[in-house]
Amino acid sequence: MGGSPDISKKQLDHPLDDLIRTDRLPHIWCAGCGIGTVFSSCLTAIKASELELNNISMVSGIGCSGRAAGYVKLDSFHTTHGRAIPFATGLKLGNPDLNVIVFSGDGDLFAIGGNHMIHAARRNMDITVICVNNLNYGMTGGQVAATTPHMAKSTTTPSGNPEDPFNLPLLAYASGATYVARWTMLHTRELTSSIQEAILKKGFSFIEVLSPCPVNYGRRNKEKALDTLKLYQEKTIIRNGAIPAGLDIDFSKEVVLGKFVDVERDTYIERYEKICRQES
Amino acid sequence: MKKAILTGEHFFTGDVACAEGALAAGCRFFGGYPITPATEIAERMASRLPHVGGSYIQMEDEIAAIASVLGASWAGVKSMTATSGPGFSLMMENLGLGICTETPCVIVNVQRGGPSTGLPTQGAQGDMMQSRWGSHGDYEIIVLAPYSPQEIFYQTITAFNLSETYRIPVLIMTDEIVGHMSEKVIIPDSRKVKTISRTAPKGRKDRFRLFEPGPNGVAPMPAAGQGYNVHVTGLTHDEKGYPVMTVDTQVEMMDRLTGKIRNNLDDIIMTESYMMDDAEIVLVSYGVSARTCLAAVDQARKSGIKAGMFRLITVWPFPEEEIKKIAERVKGFITVEMNLGQIHREVQRCVGGKVPAVLVGHHGGTIIPPEDVLKKMKETF
Repeated sequence: MGGSPDISKKQLDHPLDDLIRTDRLPHIWCAGCGIGTVFSSCLTAIKASELELNNISMVSGIGCSGRAAGYVKLDSFHTTHGRAIPFATGLKLGNPDLNVIVFSGDGDLFAIGGNHMIHAARRNMDITVICVNNLNYGMTGGQVAATTPHMAKSTTTPSGNPEDPFNLPLLAYASGATYVARWTMLHTRELTSSIQEAILKKGFSFIEVLSPCPVNYGRRNKEKALDTLKLYQEKTIIRNGAIPAGLDIDFSKEVVLGKFVDVERDTYIERYEKICRQES
Repeated sequence: MKKAILTGEHFFTGDVACAEGALAAGCRFFGGYPITPATEIAERMASRLPHVGGSYIQMEDEIAAIASVLGASWAGVKSMTATSGPGFSLMMENLGLGICTETPCVIVNVQRGGPSTGLPTQGAQGDMMQSRWGSHGDYEIIVLAPYSPQEIFYQTITAFNLSETYRIPVLIMTDEIVGHMSEKVIIPDSRKVKTISRTAPKGRKDRFRLFEPGPNGVAPMPAAGQGYNVHVTGLTHDEKGYPVMTVDTQVEMMDRLTGKIRNNLDDIIMTESYMMDDAEIVLVSYGVSARTCLAAVDQARKSGIKAGMFRLITVWPFPEEEIKKIAERVKGFITVEMNLGQIHREVQRCVGGKVPAVLVGHHGGTIIPPEDVLKKMKETF
């Protein structure tokens, strides 16, 4: 057969194959969903970080984004709804050499898990939290979330959402996170380098990633998959260092992306070593 | 570094003895949340752990506390938490995660009166059925019920050993009275403390299957960071750990989870007999109520009643066969417990109507006086 290239082999290889449990494919994510893109950015960032892969653990909660832990070929933990962060906290304290990444959704991290999110940020636990924000509960079929825009429709707000959503970067900043950023899944280059930066950064890092859910959110709000991507392209503006209080999401105006916080503060473990291990 | 095992004679509360037992067993992580009457366990661990190479963290609630304990266990560290009724209720969902993912850890419930906020400073034994069935789904669990500070010390070590042997959360169900009473506690020489740690996997890492049972029905367990690329999920999963939502996998997984306990009952069940050789009336009890029974048996014997006590050290799995055997040769049973008849029903079920099986229960808040037991003996038999 001489030197003819093995085409079938070439097609099968993907640069991230070694980080994916290919025996678990196909994945559950719907056509038009953005989670896969965020996941792929995350894996690319993990590779680029050149960290020892055996020392990286991924922890997820429950929901569509929570399935990420099931596809990554690293030590990976698919925990209970909302509890990825405290599980990750124990994992990190049990072995401080581990690099722990929490990959989960907005409902998981900010509604049922909101308490854990703010406390992990407050104590500056040295973990990275990536929150895929698709503005609703996707896995259960599109219910209103703590991130759903005011007046948006969902299966549990058929007349429109009477509530206001959280401004996630503001909440993370106010709670004490030392790294806070927001991107959309369309901004893959910025997102990937931001995740890499967050993983390598000491302290509590938080990245919100806006991501479409055409099947459950888009459909009910007259927004096709491509429309959402157009909004991500046309209605966003990158403003690094923007004041977190002004980061409410309103696509009728403009949505600010960027890195908003990048500061140094002792981590929980550093302080525990310094203060609590003192022999009296 | 300070000594993890404080060999010597001490005057300890049950709560402190529990913390010292945990340290002796090799526990090096405690995820805590304050609650009466279990707070002293957290306090002791907070002051001791950092000086023996472990860590204590006070989490934002009991849900976070148990979640952190499971995480630390997967980092390869023996881990525990301690709570009371309200916190125990909050821990139930993640207790199920621990069972489903076969994660060793120890959870202590220093019981107080309930339901709800109940009697925070007063003892009860009202969470015994919750300790068996509190998390959703069907499963087996190991529950110990020590009755003195000295026994709490040893049973906490046993709890860790069982937990590490069977890759399962083990519950210690004590109560406010035993938790807060001070008694002599002897801590042996560290060489005499027998500790067991989870079996480490052998062989090729890429062929390792996270839930493939070993000879005793339990799979070896690696820690995060060791290169096994484990996947751990609370979804129904196969031996590899991958979620497979089929009836066959559900059957296989649940048979594994229940089988490793049901097939090792002789190793797990611990009981103690007091004056049982010729006993005609058997008091079945556990925890603080067993102390009532010791006095009741002695008083009964003085007045010529052949009473004995069958004490449950392991409450779950329930010593069903032992009770059945005893039922063949005695006139009756009295279950003595500080609730309105939780273990009593189990005893009744096992006795199966062969002889009378009655209850001396209490709503909680105060220890049951031996006189109440004597009165019941005379009334019934």
